[in-house]
Amino acid sequence: MAPGVLWLLGLMVVPCLLIFLLAFFERGTYGGIDWNAPTLENLKRAADPLYLTIFWDSARIALLATILALLIGYPAAYAISKAQEKHQTALLFLAMLPFWTNYLIRTYAWIVLLNPAGLINTQLMYLGLVKEPLPLLYNEFAVVLGLVYNYTPFVILAVFSSLQRMDPSLPEASRDLGAGAWTTFYRITLPLTAAGVAAGAAFVFVLSIGNFITPDLLGGGKLQMVGNLIYDQFLTARDWPFGATLSGLLIAIMMILLFAQAVAANRAGGRHA
Amino acid sequence: MFKSIRTMTAAFAFGLLATVSTALADKVVVSNWDGYMPKDMAEKFKAATGLDLEVAVHATNEEIMGKVTASGGEGFDVLFVSSPFAEALNKLQLLTPIDPAKIPNLKNLYPEATQLQHDPGNTFSVPYAWGTTGLCYRSDVVKTEPTSWNDLLTPADDIKGKTTMLATDRWLMAAGFLAGGMSVNTADQASLDKVRDQLIATKKTLLAYDDTTFYSKLVSGEAALVHAWDGWCNYGIAENDKIKYVVPKEGSDLWVDTMVITKAAKNPDGAAKFIDFVLSADNGKWVVENIMYKTPNKAGMDAIDKSMLEKYPNMAIAPADLLKYEQLRDLGDGMKAFSKTVSEIMAAK
Amino acid sequence: MPNALRVHLAGTFAFLYLPIVVLMVLSLNKAGLPTAWGGISFEWYGKLFANDKVLSAARNSFVVALFATLISTVIGTMLAFGVVRARPSATRDALLFAPMIIPDIVLAIALLSFFTLIKFKLGLHSIVLAHVVFNIAFVCAVVRARLQSFDWSLVEVSRDLGASAPTTFLRITFPLVLPSIIAAALLAFTLSIDEFIIAYFTAGAGQSSTTLPMQIYAMIRFGVTPEINAVATIVMGVSFVLVFLSQRLNREAEA
Repeated sequence: MAPGVLWLLGLMVVPCLLIFLLAFFERGTYGGIDWNAPTLENLKRAADPLYLTIFWDSARIALLATILALLIGYPAAYAISKAQEKHQTALLFLAMLPFWTNYLIRTYAWIVLLNPAGLINTQLMYLGLVKEPLPLLYNEFAVVLGLVYNYTPFVILAVFSSLQRMDPSLPEASRDLGAGAWTTFYRITLPLTAAGVAAGAAFVFVLSIGNFITPDLLGGGKLQMVGNLIYDQFLTARDWPFGATLSGLLIAIMMILLFAQAVAANRAGGRHA
Repeated sequence: MFKSIRTMTAAFAFGLLATVSTALADKVVVSNWDGYMPKDMAEKFKAATGLDLEVAVHATNEEIMGKVTASGGEGFDVLFVSSPFAEALNKLQLLTPIDPAKIPNLKNLYPEATQLQHDPGNTFSVPYAWGTTGLCYRSDVVKTEPTSWNDLLTPADDIKGKTTMLATDRWLMAAGFLAGGMSVNTADQASLDKVRDQLIATKKTLLAYDDTTFYSKLVSGEAALVHAWDGWCNYGIAENDKIKYVVPKEGSDLWVDTMVITKAAKNPDGAAKFIDFVLSADNGKWVVENIMYKTPNKAGMDAIDKSMLEKYPNMAIAPADLLKYEQLRDLGDGMKAFSKTVSEIMAAK
Repeated sequence: MPNALRVHLAGTFAFLYLPIVVLMVLSLNKAGLPTAWGGISFEWYGKLFANDKVLSAARNSFVVALFATLISTVIGTMLAFGVVRARPSATRDALLFAPMIIPDIVLAIALLSFFTLIKFKLGLHSIVLAHVVFNIAFVCAVVRARLQSFDWSLVEVSRDLGASAPTTFLRITFPLVLPSIIAAALLAFTLSIDEFIIAYFTAGAGQSSTTLPMQIYAMIRFGVTPEINAVATIVMGVSFVLVFLSQRLNREAEA
């Protein structure tokens, strides 16, 4: 455990503490730091309903993306775990492969697809399913789609990991004892994979909420999520103290949510003696 | 498996060594936007001065500002940044003053380019390209040709949903300020609130905020009227000659991209030589003919193919006329209120 | 595998590869912008191979991702084992979650400021160090998920039968956990190879420390040219070949 903990302490905790310290100072006139006057002003500024609304909207979108990613990713992971063992690694690789291209490039490819004159709309109109192009781009739909797209594979990996060695005799026994397929899944399989589901959900939620490219490009810049907000403070407004304050709040909220998730996962999973 | 680990560790160590050794050669390290200088710049620079040129790229002003503020500019000699950022860097004492004795080609600049509002006398920055911000549109699609910022802010019904505005905060708000007859450097709360309300209303009519692909939206027909920098509009004009550019009657801002020498520069003399080299007539000409921006380099502008001025009329604007427009200046303490207003607009539904 | 599952898996892959197919097709577009189709042409691939900046950036990305993955997989797995057997500790759990939830711009600026403070020279290696930070958290989470359902009695039995701790680990534990470790490594590699902001801030100045995302973000100013799509296609192609080869080698090694 030691190397990991030390690495995180030295290369994460210490540097970040330096930044969070800034939350108690004011932005200098040209973007530096005014070390002369410690203050709680930043915290007061952060209490503005504007930022709370942005946090809330981001959480809503991230949650939606998480649920959809789980709905797509869990069965996919399950399918892979049921495949022949020699195929499993290959299938996992294939699932990750698209994400070794570049996030921006994939996003632009979606713009080509979702555009009013893009492939999806032209096909739908050609098939006569719609009369006018659907508004698939520069709105919340596109943002959620982009998030689900980019983060589903992480769900697949996390869930697969926990499905991997679930004792197959347990569902078998359950079926032998007469339980239906759904009951078996719901009462045996799902709880045993709770840890994987929790991890996957955490990945999607966390990565979504801090994302700024997808709202920028697929949302046409019309949606402001927490990721954009924090980038803005650090890079555009060059207000590191306020950026540090907002990040600190975000992290505090996330920690609480993750703890809740950990508790839920522990209770659902139980201990496999 | 262990054999491959050994090989990789060796490769890693070698890579480390390579990084160290390149630091020892006599070179100039520059950070610029991609494609903003000739591809063979390094070869030509080496031939002219004997110095190596290493180019790092940044996608936006904000990124390189963040990096330089955090690291003090360590590792870089010359940066290309827009003028309000050069101003901020100077106030933050992160720049080396420009020594005219080391940059004889300063004489190639228009006299107007030596009297820029943000840096009269070019004491800490040397201009590279300049221009205006205005409206770029498809003359064959819009019913009436736009003449005012209000044509974008309250668009005609037939082009609702087919307009875009620049996403970068200063330029986004500038459109609102200019439409209201205010300075582009306004930061008082009452004016900010007024412009905010206008821009939130405008947001409902927008297709998207777009800094980089607005001209291709015009070409493809997705958009009919967009907020644009003049040079970028030229990229659209190059693809479709029905596209036109206009500076609205309320005015524009004068944007200037500049070169600065960092305080942490390991090679300040080399940096000066680089800037001098960039100011040559040839390089000035390259800027115009390849990036389709105007350059404050008079020797360069004089040398260009005159047919460009016909194809891209916005290039013909005289420097004296450019200076009538206000430059964006660093807002200082006003930035906090400004930034909140922008967040309010971006978060509005 | 029941048919419903098969269909779902196929559908998922179709979804995952849809934009990929689009960008591969666009890389062959004779016209410069995605707004119009100009016919098929390989000229952009030609331009790409002459483009030193992009090629060196791609190489740098691979190197960084490889090292970051190796280091973080080892450290992260060790962490997972340690954590699962130790007494639960909220602080330690918080520490392990933190890299995932700290916004990447904060980590980027924090690390650059820190490196500057201690006068640590930047280069590709500083990117590796930074990437390991968040990768450790992801690797640990994935391996931990596996270990939650691990049958530790197998270990006990092995020890009871007289095998030493290292032998037990190598012959019993490791093979059983390996698929999860591979999954975790895949995750780490994916995160690293496509990571922009932390790489941008912790990279050294100059081309030798530029990674592919940094290069592409800067290039995209002028639109998504077929050349850029060609880059993406090639990165995928090379990865696919590498993976295919390593699968082959594994199978031979096992035989």
